[in-house]
This record gives sequence, C-alpha cells and structure tokens, in this order.
Amino acid sequence: MEKQSVFQSKLLPYALVAPQLAIVLIFFYWPAVQAVIQSFLLQDAFGLSTTFVWFENYLELFKDAAYFEAIVRTFAFSFAIAFSSLSFALLLAVMADKPLRGVTLYRTLLIWPYAVAPPVVGVLFIFMLHPSLGVLSRYLRALGVDWNPLLNGDQAALLIILAAAWKQISYNFLFFLAGLQAIPKSVFEAAAIDGARPMRRFWTVTFPLLSPTIFFLLVINIVYAFFETFGIIDTMTRGGPGKSTETLVYKVYSDGLLGGNLGSSAAQSVILMVIVIVLTGIQFRFVERKVTY
Amino acid sequence: MANVTLRNVRKTYPGGFEAIKGVNVDVGDGQFCVLVGPSGCGKSTLLRMVAGLETISSGEIDIGGRIVNQIEPADRDIAMVFQNYALYPHMSVYNNMAYGLRNRGMAEAEVKTRVEEAARVLELAPMLERKPRQLSGGQRQRVAMGRAIVRQPKVFLFDEPLSNLDAKLRIAMRVEIRKLQRRLNTTSIYVTHDQLEAMTLADILVVMNGGQVEQIGNPLDIYQKPATTFVASFIGAPPMNLMPLGSDELKSQIAGPDGAGILGIRPEDFVLSSETVSGGVALDLTVEAIEHVGAETFVYGSRQRAEQGVAANPGELPPGEVIVRVPGATGPAIGERIRALAPRDKLHLFTADGRKRVG
Repeated sequence: MEKQSVFQSKLLPYALVAPQLAIVLIFFYWPAVQAVIQSFLLQDAFGLSTTFVWFENYLELFKDAAYFEAIVRTFAFSFAIAFSSLSFALLLAVMADKPLRGVTLYRTLLIWPYAVAPPVVGVLFIFMLHPSLGVLSRYLRALGVDWNPLLNGDQAALLIILAAAWKQISYNFLFFLAGLQAIPKSVFEAAAIDGARPMRRFWTVTFPLLSPTIFFLLVINIVYAFFETFGIIDTMTRGGPGKSTETLVYKVYSDGLLGGNLGSSAAQSVILMVIVIVLTGIQFRFVERKVTY
Repeated sequence: MANVTLRNVRKTYPGGFEAIKGVNVDVGDGQFCVLVGPSGCGKSTLLRMVAGLETISSGEIDIGGRIVNQIEPADRDIAMVFQNYALYPHMSVYNNMAYGLRNRGMAEAEVKTRVEEAARVLELAPMLERKPRQLSGGQRQRVAMGRAIVRQPKVFLFDEPLSNLDAKLRIAMRVEIRKLQRRLNTTSIYVTHDQLEAMTLADILVVMNGGQVEQIGNPLDIYQKPATTFVASFIGAPPMNLMPLGSDELKSQIAGPDGAGILGIRPEDFVLSSETVSGGVALDLTVEAIEHVGAETFVYGSRQRAEQGVAANPGELPPGEVIVRVPGATGPAIGERIRALAPRDKLHLFTADGRKRVG
C-alpha cells in the first residue's frame, strides 16, 4: 500500500501549497489573462484612452508583412538551432559513450554549459566574435572573412544560432547519453558480428533506437529556440541589424515595451501561447505512447 | 566447417586482474564444445574473446586455420546467440534475420530464400512481420537462433542462451539446439553454468574455474573420472560426496594409493545394506533429511555429529554430511541408523588439496 500522510488540520495542506500556487497564479496566470485582455484593447499613444476592438489587433498582425517575416525567421532559427545542437550533441554522446580513460570528466565538463544563463552566453560570444572586441574576429578577418555581425544580418543570425545551439548542446548531450546507455550493449555487439561497420551500425541500429529521444529533444529544442533565446538575442544583437535577428518573442518585447504598442504585443504573445500549448500537447501525446519503434 | 583452437589464451584487464589464465582447447570440426563453470570463472569472457568482442592479452585463437587475434568480429565468420538475445527491437523478425546478410551485400532474392528456410526450420514463418516485443521468450530465442543460422557461419557461439527461459522451455530448446547443430554440423561453442545442460549438449566438455581449465573431455568420462575435487562436486547433481581421509575409520577401510587425502563417492554409487564389502567403503549414517523426487529418493545422512560444520564453498556439503541416492520412492525414516556401502571401483581418490586425482 502506498504511504499516505495524514494532516491533523484541514487548513495545513492548503497553507503548504499556497506559496507555490501564489507564484503560479501571480507570475503565470495573471500575466496570461492580462495578455489575452490586452490583445482585445487598443490604447492611444499617450495611454489616456483605451478602446475595446475585438480581433483588430490580430487582424492587423496577419496583414503585417513584417510579422510573417518574423514567423519565418523564428522557424528558420528554431530548426537551425535544433538541428545543429541535436546533431552535435549526438556526436559527442556517441563518443562519450565509449569506454575511454577519464570519460566521467568529459561527461561532467560537457554538462557545464547548461548552467550558463542565456544572457551570459550572449556576452561570452560577444567576447569571442564581436567585430572589434572579439578574440576570434581577428583571426576570421586574418583569414579574409569580412566578419561584421553588427552590420551583416546573415552573420548576426549565424552568431545567434551558434550561441543558442552551444548552450543547448549540454542538455541534449545528457539525454542522448542516457538514451544510448539504455540500449543493451549486446545489441551493438550483435550488429558488429552481423557485419555492420560503425557508420552503418549507427544509422541502422543506434539512430532508430534513439528516435524516441530525438523526437522528445526536437520538441524541447524548438520550444527553447522560440522562447529562451531572448536573453541571447537581447545581449548580442537586440534583434538587429535591421530586423535580421528579431524572432517572435523578441518582437513581442520590442513592439510592446520599446514600441509602446501594447495591444499588438499582447496579441502576439497570445499567438505564442497557442504555439507552446500545441507543442506541449504533441509532446504529451508522444510521451504517453513512449515508444515509436 | 572449421576447427577452433585456443592456444595458451590469456586475458588480463587493465587493472591487473587476470580473467583467463592460459587456456588450451581444441574443438574439432562439427563438434559441440560446452564451457561450463560457476559464475565469474571466465567462461563468458573466453567466448567473447573467440567472438572478437574482447581483446586477447596473449596466446592465439585459431578459427579454421586462421589466427583471428587481430580480426574484427564481422570477419571471423562466426555467429553468436546472446543471453538476452540482443534482437534489434525496431526491426521485424524478418529484418532481424536478414540484417547480417544484407550487410554483406547479399542479393535480396537470396536473403529471402535463406530467411524463409530458417523460419521454416525454427517454426517462425507465421511471425516474420512481428516485432521482437510481440514475441514470447521462446520465440525470441528462436529468432536469435535464426539470425545465427541464416548466415551459415563456420562457428556458432552461444552465451547462456537458455538462462532466460523457464525450466520446461529450457529443456525443449536444449533438445532443439542439439538437433539443429547435429543437422547443420556446424562447430559450436556453448557457455553455460548449468551442469545438466553441459552434460547433455557437449561432445567436448570444458570445466572451468577461476580463469583456468579444470578438465577437458567427453562428458561421461568427466563424470566418471573427474580430475579434481572441483570437477567432482560441480558435475553431477546432487554433487559427489567428498570426505577427507583423516585419521578416522575411513582411512583404514581403503587400501588406496599414496597421497590420497580426499575420498569421493557419487550418491548413486551407494547401496543401503547391513553387510560389508571387501575393498569398498561402509559408512554408518544417521538419516537427517529425505528428498523424494519420485523416481528416486535422496537421503541426507550424517556420519558423526561432531564433524558437522559449515561448508567451505557454496554448493559443497557440510563436512560429515553424506547424500545417498536410493532408487524408487521408498527410503529410510528420519533419525534411522543406516549403513551405506560403496564398492572399490566406485571410489574416487584425490590429493588432499583436491587438485589431482590419484585413483
């Protein structure tokens, strides 16, 4: 039988969960409800009058070419970040899964970047790749690359993808390593005896057996690239140059806080909320089914 | 078709632990060799060295006239059946069996013929499209066998393939494996800790202990003439009774050769009788426990209460305790005094350290 705690007072259990509930309500539900309300309102430039405008903010958004560009950009960023961090993490995990000397040290070191906060990641990459401050920028220019992410939008995008992917590698690595260790060694040995060379063994045995982990991480990484890259973008490019690194989340911030268009910003955040709900839904359904092979 | 020869094979792990301490075994073409021993004796390590899954620290392994020490598992022309079957969980039964053939670039038509033939032999034909998780333990075991036989390798290697099955299925599969091996006539090396499995399957039995070979030979020869007390107590169930030849009354009964320090008698070699036999041994026992198995009865008796104590090794009888097998379901009652006789030609004599047979 499962052990159950019994409380003398009926109030105590409520009191104990109250702080957690308060945090969730104040910091998650209240802002979410606010956002939904705001998205139906339109304020004048000085914030003196507010009108209820139904779906006008949303309709404006869908007519706005810049918004569509941000959507495309965000998806492109997400897939680039997810793909690069997943593939690199998988490579590292496969290598760290081998019985090497000091393998536990490698594993520990590879997990460290996860502890670094996104804005700090941004600053670290600025130190390395800022056109005038960056250590690596000098070498890039010495190699003849016209490296200037402050002016070149593509290079700025590359920089963001690089920094965001780097931070996520640790997380992915951890899951891949656990996934690899869950596969019985004898399956690989059987494949080796069955004449599969290491590359073929990877693609026909390891990769399919990791597919549940890969799918799980893909969703996690997309959510990460959508939302948590804010800190990196804000410290490194502030959405610029032009709008070349402005993702949906950054646009919510710049339109609302910097541009003062609260109604549109709220509508955008509601759309983002829907995207998260959909992604989480996919993930939950998947976790329930667990195995796909 | 191949001989497998192990010449002074050793395995030392980086930490300095010596798992295999110089093993010499010669398995003839088409023979079924069983490596048997308690867990940790190095039998699985030795098999994995033949497979190429473990490196060889020194010595040579020769498969079909070719030294394979530096050859990859894939190129040794062997197939292995693992204890946990090691089926590819994401592939159908068909693809599990076809995988090794496709890796070698075999034409799809030939793959199909071979897989279907193996499926027919192993009665897997109706479940070729299923995934391993949809199969029972016995069926998975057969798929693992199928994966080995489709390749038509020179040597089959079995690493405790039956230990995950229930007792009944294990006996059935044991017979199946033996029949299959006889028909295919493929040289096989089989690892098990089950002495009964070892006895029934082997052409050559290799009894291992502590990384060394204790005895190699025909199973019946080993049973009848165990070379050491370890083999004597490991092969045969219940185990052989081993009694130290101290200064007690046993010593005076035996006109044994010099150096004999331990006397061994198999439980089935006793006869309950009140007479005496010349040249043999007579033991006066108090019945302590009775085990009825149906066709036979095992009587546990003690010689002298004073000598009783704790067994030195797991599986060994406590000193002073003797097992006597009585045919049929009738036996003496608990507490009864009995006399067990063993003729001279059924006695096994070993040196006091148990390392050598002297008669």
